Amino acid sequence: MQEKLESIYQKALADLEAIHTSEEVKAWDSRYLGRKGEMTLILRQTGKLPPEERADFGKRANEVKNLLATALEKREALIREHELARSLEEGELDVTLPGRPLTMGGLHPSTRMLRRIKEIWADMGFQVYRSRDVEHDEYNFTLLNMPPHHPARDMQDTFYTTQPNIILRTHTSPGQIRAMHDYSEDGTRPIRVILPGMCYRYEQITARSEIQFHQVEGLAVGKGIRMSDLKGTVAEFARRLYGPDTEVRYRASYFPFTEPSMEVDVKCHICGGQGCPVCKRTGWIEIMGSGMVHPEVLRNGGYDPTEWSGFAFGMGPERIIMNKNRIEDIRYFWANDLRFLEQY
Amino acid sequence: MKVPVSWLKEFVDIPASVTVEELSERLTIAGLEVAKIHYIGIPQSAERHGIPPSDHLVWDRERVLLGAIKEIKPHPDADRLVLAVVDYGGAALETVVTGAPNLFPYKDQGPLEPPLLTPFALEGAELIDGHGDGVQRLILEERELRGIPNRCMVCSEMELGISEEHEGIMLLPYEQYGNIQPGTPLVDVLGDAVIEMELTPNLARCFSVLGVAREVAALYDLPIKEPDYSLPPPSGTGVDELAAIEIREPELNPRFTAGLLRDVTITDSPWWLQWRLKLVGQRPINNIVDVSNYVMFEIGQPTHAFDYDILANRAGDANPVIITRLPDAGEELTTLDGKVHKLDPSVLLVADEKGALSLAGVMGGLESEVQEPDPERDYPGSTTVLLEAAAWNFITIRKTMSSTKLHSEAAARFSRGVHPAMALRGLKRGLKLMVEVSGATLAPGLLDAYPAEPEPVVVDFPVDEVNRLLGFDIPKSAVADILRRLQFGIGESSNGEVLQVTVPDHRLDISPGIIGRADLVEEIARVYGYDRIPNTIMGDSLPPQRTNVSLEMEERVRDLLAQAGLREVINYRFSTPQHEALLTPEGQKPSWPEREYIRLANPISAERTAMRQTLLAGLLDNAVTNMHHHPRQRFFEIGHVYYGNADDLPEEIRRLGILLAGPRQAAGWMGGVVAGNSDFYDLKGIVETLLAGLHIEMRHVHFAPIAHNSFHPGRVATLLIGDEPVGLLGEVHPLVREAFGLGLDLEKPVLAAELDLDRVLTMVPAEYVVQSIPTQPPAYRDIAVVVSADRRSASVEALIWGSGGELLREVRLFDVYQGDPIPEGQKSLAYALTFQSETETLTDKAVNKLQKKIIKTLEDSGAKLRA
Ligand SMILES: [Zn+2]
Repeated sequence: MQEKLESIYQKALADLEAIHTSEEVKAWDSRYLGRKGEMTLILRQTGKLPPEERADFGKRANEVKNLLATALEKREALIREHELARSLEEGELDVTLPGRPLTMGGLHPSTRMLRRIKEIWADMGFQVYRSRDVEHDEYNFTLLNMPPHHPARDMQDTFYTTQPNIILRTHTSPGQIRAMHDYSEDGTRPIRVILPGMCYRYEQITARSEIQFHQVEGLAVGKGIRMSDLKGTVAEFARRLYGPDTEVRYRASYFPFTEPSMEVDVKCHICGGQGCPVCKRTGWIEIMGSGMVHPEVLRNGGYDPTEWSGFAFGMGPERIIMNKNRIEDIRYFWANDLRFLEQY
Repeated sequence: MKVPVSWLKEFVDIPASVTVEELSERLTIAGLEVAKIHYIGIPQSAERHGIPPSDHLVWDRERVLLGAIKEIKPHPDADRLVLAVVDYGGAALETVVTGAPNLFPYKDQGPLEPPLLTPFALEGAELIDGHGDGVQRLILEERELRGIPNRCMVCSEMELGISEEHEGIMLLPYEQYGNIQPGTPLVDVLGDAVIEMELTPNLARCFSVLGVAREVAALYDLPIKEPDYSLPPPSGTGVDELAAIEIREPELNPRFTAGLLRDVTITDSPWWLQWRLKLVGQRPINNIVDVSNYVMFEIGQPTHAFDYDILANRAGDANPVIITRLPDAGEELTTLDGKVHKLDPSVLLVADEKGALSLAGVMGGLESEVQEPDPERDYPGSTTVLLEAAAWNFITIRKTMSSTKLHSEAAARFSRGVHPAMALRGLKRGLKLMVEVSGATLAPGLLDAYPAEPEPVVVDFPVDEVNRLLGFDIPKSAVADILRRLQFGIGESSNGEVLQVTVPDHRLDISPGIIGRADLVEEIARVYGYDRIPNTIMGDSLPPQRTNVSLEMEERVRDLLAQAGLREVINYRFSTPQHEALLTPEGQKPSWPEREYIRLANPISAERTAMRQTLLAGLLDNAVTNMHHHPRQRFFEIGHVYYGNADDLPEEIRRLGILLAGPRQAAGWMGGVVAGNSDFYDLKGIVETLLAGLHIEMRHVHFAPIAHNSFHPGRVATLLIGDEPVGLLGEVHPLVREAFGLGLDLEKPVLAAELDLDRVLTMVPAEYVVQSIPTQPPAYRDIAVVVSADRRSASVEALIWGSGGELLREVRLFDVYQGDPIPEGQKSLAYALTFQSETETLTDKAVNKLQKKIIKTLEDSGAKLRA
């Protein structure tokens, strides 16, 4: 037995010397020191020895076991050191190879701009109101002070449906009437809403015109809302969208549902007003139409126009994006070509 | 609408310090949007005031001059050229070689008295090449023309950049320009700018030079000089003995006026009249027609000239009676442009007893128009002219325009509204100018049928409306002053702070009452200046804030899907029933609900005739759009679909569509499709992730197999939340994807889902509870069972949950295996289970007991524990 122990010991040491990898270390460990390893087995046989030999043998066997464990530790440390050194030496990568491609998701540019716009107006207390796409002629025109045959109807080429008096809304403004009906509590409560949504116009599809586009309409009604408030509010919006130094110009205009009506221009952020293709060489970029809510529209919304007043505005997110990102072709928006969308 | 500045100055003295660019900007800001300035020879000002830079031809003050041709001599060697001897103010006369055909009549006539006035260019002047293709510039150089040196030029309109006209040189009338010294810079004689405006419908009153002049006068606080409405002395038989007017529809034709001219000579108009018409874009025709047009451009009132003899002839023995009326059934009329119109019952006619003469307010008839002279048959043209000026209901004119598809300058004005008071002014102005340019005499009296004279509009205007609606204080006197500048009449009411404002009778856009107050507030704001209104912030109390939860959740869905690597698309909401029918394999009955489409009455193209009922067709189209440059596609769209309702507005349903196709991972250099192609479980994973991200409790979520023929049989599920079906997800049927143009590659499935987003979002809990982080260690157990291959894994999982007790925290399927050593027709499902208590460390014994219970339950259901 003694001899066998010593022979295991020598064999184990010799084997250990020949080991060069972590895997071999594990195998050696289980072969000699493991639960079914040779040292374990021989230690179990201690009982078969004559009693007087047992103590010595046991002592030696434990000694050998400890020696082997220490040797293993040393060998392990050495191998780790070698492996690390080899890895550091041989592990060079071609760092110029491209990384693994990751495909990001992303939002449509119109969604992103709509969010930006909503966020700015939300900070000024305007809540989002969703109104329908397919509308009664009455809501799209008549209640907005455009009775049948009104010349302003020419300004908005309309998609009609095969159902009489049901059309695709040409602007988000019919939502003004619906919001007033829903929120004003019979003309007794103020309103501050924005109405984002898709609008439709009967037009040829070209680089400059589309048959569907987003609009964001805004409406504020209260006692004591004035045109100066409209000016101040849209100026704040323009500064938040285009930068704190944005210069704003206000022009008289005409919309049947506002009076006075006002176009809002900002000084072209690309040429600084010198004139460039984006601003059609005028130095100004039109960003929204607006005005004081027409008394007829207030009345149609349930308010007494002698006491209540309000303003409304409307803007086109796609136009704003086109100006900001210098997109020349509005058809990009619904073509959904990834080569366009992935730039956002 | 084009307005020459020179013409504008006839009615308002615009200070010389105001440049045309500054004027244009001021008009634009006041609501008369200037689209363009057409420069005639004058340079653009350095300060452009938002007007785009112009590269028009500028007439050199030193080299482009007024010349006086003293004599036309023959060219010694060329029949088709002549020599013009020109006084241009220089020390000596200059001889110019020219081929201008309009000089040939003066050849060999000796010295011309008076001389012929013409634009004259000296060597070095920049001109347009009159013989080149298109618009090319040239610098005038000395050259020899058939042996005679030539360093100057007499110019055509084209060479001066005025028009395309280059048949002859421009000859200016001596009566008009004879007092100007030869050698005067041409720019001082003819230089001009024409302001082109795009006028909104509320500015009907500005569709004339006078109308714009009124705005300029108001904006710059200048006096307005009204045109001369006096009549020349009449003679002969009065018009009332020669013609009569009968208005049958006073609502549609509130006024009709007419006057008669005798001894008319139809000829070309004088130069000044032709020139002005050309500047506003109107081709000169003859003196009578030109005056009629001139008056329309000048004051905005269209008029129409009839040949009286033709009317008299039609009337036979009686006097002609002009009748305005609705058409008879089936009535037809041939208009001036030679077109025959079947008349819609909504149009209004000017007629006589015999029949229709013209389309009221839109276009004259061919038969009764003024006639040109015809020397061949010795016919002098019309000699007696009945000129009419009327007022029409603008809606009638609009109906006429849309039913006849006719457009005219007159219709453009009448369809926006012309005040009836303008009719008599237009008539008088027309008669006066016609007498001047045609040598006619005026018959005494005018016919004026005015059955529907509108009451003057008077608005009681409380001055504090300005502050209430505009936000600044302004004294009453200042308000009155602004309104007076716009020619409103101002009276004081008994209440000192209320103005009684009378609307001038050239505009129809100011209403009485509360609307009129807003109308006046706008006028005050425009003239006062929008830029001078202060900028304030709303002092009004904030309305109660209502969060739109549903729209906020929609944005949350977008974020979750983008985070999951999907790209948002937005498609046309238009489609066609035929295109959406491609979602059903040919010959099969659609699995989609059969609902009415919202169909367009006037579709723009055959591809967009109706509103969509599904998002899937658009998503499949997007995949086709991108398949050649993007093999890997992951899209989603959120938008509405539309179900028609027979007698009401349609249902608008918010949907979410998802499409996946191609490799699971983008390809890199590590080699092609590293992780395989997307399949049903990729799509399901996205849907599950979305629902979990919305905090919908997964125990309420079920995916049930269904049959739907847009999808691969056996590879489509309906999503149930609670017991409610909220959408579909599956592998698109191979025949469907093929029909959309996505080919039939069975190795690369196309996956699609369409969910009813409104319904999904109603399942989102308003609040959710965050679980505390466990303090006790978990215990893990793996269980593998062998079940029949067609058994749904969800049923096994449900049993595990049902028997695992409260301490079971997670059940994760980590392996599905078929094949050796699992018997044919069976499969192995391996689950990793996690047990955990909130209060104690679980003992092996306790966990083993739970595990045994689960195993027992599974075995009772026919599963075999896999060793
Ligand atoms: Zn610019």
